[in-house]
Amino acid sequence: MATESRAETPAADHSGLRTTLTTILIVIVLMLVWEGAKAFGAATNYQLNVGGSTIDLSILNDTQLPHLIDIAKAFDEPSQRNGPPLYQTLIENGLYTFLAALRGFLLGAVIGFILAIIFAHSGLLQRGLLPFVVASQTIPILAIAPMVVIWMSKVGAVEWSVPLIAAYLTFFPVTIYTLRGLTSVPQTSLELMQTYAASRWEILIKLRIPNALPQIFTALKISATASVVGAIIGELPSGIQDGLGIAILNFSRFYNQSPPRLFATILASGLMGILFFGVIALLERLVVRWRVEESS
Amino acid sequence: MSKTFRTSDGSTVNALQDINLDVQPGEFVSLIGPSGCGKSTLLRIIADLIPSSSGSVTVNDKSASQARKDQDYGFVFQSPTLYDWRTVIKNVQLPLEIMKYPKAKRDERAREMLKLVDLGDFENKYPWQLSGGMQQRVSIARALAFEPKILLMDEPFGALDEMTRERMNNELLHIWSAIPDMTVIFVTHSISEAVYLSTRVAVLKPRPGRIAEIINIDLPQPRSPAARDLDQFFHLSNRVRHTLRAGVGSTAELGAAIE
Repeated sequence: MATESRAETPAADHSGLRTTLTTILIVIVLMLVWEGAKAFGAATNYQLNVGGSTIDLSILNDTQLPHLIDIAKAFDEPSQRNGPPLYQTLIENGLYTFLAALRGFLLGAVIGFILAIIFAHSGLLQRGLLPFVVASQTIPILAIAPMVVIWMSKVGAVEWSVPLIAAYLTFFPVTIYTLRGLTSVPQTSLELMQTYAASRWEILIKLRIPNALPQIFTALKISATASVVGAIIGELPSGIQDGLGIAILNFSRFYNQSPPRLFATILASGLMGILFFGVIALLERLVVRWRVEESS
Repeated sequence: MSKTFRTSDGSTVNALQDINLDVQPGEFVSLIGPSGCGKSTLLRIIADLIPSSSGSVTVNDKSASQARKDQDYGFVFQSPTLYDWRTVIKNVQLPLEIMKYPKAKRDERAREMLKLVDLGDFENKYPWQLSGGMQQRVSIARALAFEPKILLMDEPFGALDEMTRERMNNELLHIWSAIPDMTVIFVTHSISEAVYLSTRVAVLKPRPGRIAEIINIDLPQPRSPAARDLDQFFHLSNRVRHTLRAGVGSTAELGAAIE
């Protein structure tokens, strides 16, 4: 620890405003690239001659890649004849998917956290089980999802199949990051506890878990977005009629008739993930109030 | 008592050999020696943070491990070792929480200790908001909060500048005199610090770590900064210095010493 005196209060933080402005700028640039590409396609009549060979640019035409304004308009148009406007459908389905994602997220976080605590206290279990935890993530979720749905309906808890599939994606980062946080305790911090003859439990509660909190939040932010992906994928084989996953499935089936609907739905899914991420990030700022030397 | 380490290539190193040190209640004993003489190792063995290879450590008629379990030790590390997520006062309360002090008592003791180290106005700051010297004072307040019978200090002021260090020395003496019968074992590599603070100075020599000589520091008590100007202070410092020099031998040997 150096002897230099430090500021009594942290310097005023302008980074939040700068981040917001940068984000807006990037969105504008992406929109310009999108529309620029479309304009370029239209100008070349969707064909580009390069060194004698012709490149097909028809993916840039309006039936393949809609104008941004058409995507925006799609939100306000009914997705079915005489149905409610799309945004209303998306909010309803989004809410359904979000609740499944949230349950999956919580379930995964709890399982991941408990696994990490077990692994942190037993080298034997860590060596024995961690390879399986890692291997579990190499199995494509689409291969597992139908199985989970079948099993869950057999035990009469089909409403838990989507959360379970989401949890399958979310527990892993929580286990890995929490384990790292629990075990990367400075040697002297641990020795301090030993001089007090503190129990394993006290060391866990007063040292290991607080020490792991920054890493736990890193994991939770990853898991928040992963849980949305897990819930959407989980809905596909579930046979449920609600949810963004089903909406994506339907709109991609009728993509050629109306591409903007699918893009609008993709946009809605993305927004949900960002929102969930943001909530966890906000929670992190409320909980982790000390300055973290090196965050991952 | 002795300590042998096994190195990564399988050979063994005698870190400490034939250590025999008898410390009385209320004493202030400094362990001084060059890097690699095993003074920090000795302190850690006394604290029961690492085991000795042979021999025994007896503290107030019990084993070191029993003394640790009975929460007799306050330990101050070279680095402040504060918990980043706890405010200053919460850091001081950490041992009190583990020792199951009631809440009101915890608050009272922690405030008292912070006042003692002159940090009463900083109780709600986080460690990173304090300077290195202030952080170390918090760690001393934390070590004293539960009135340990024995205060073990491992070069606590090693990272501080000379002026801060002298001020901290005075504060430490003040604290020590305020708590009756508290024993302090203090590791340092500063001769003047050892002589100024201690009732006895144990000079260690390296490879293997042994006690070269135990020197009685019969400067008047209570000590004040004026003691540093006494002829006696000068003579005692020289005596420690000569013992250190005799123990080290050639400088090549000092360079090869391992911490």
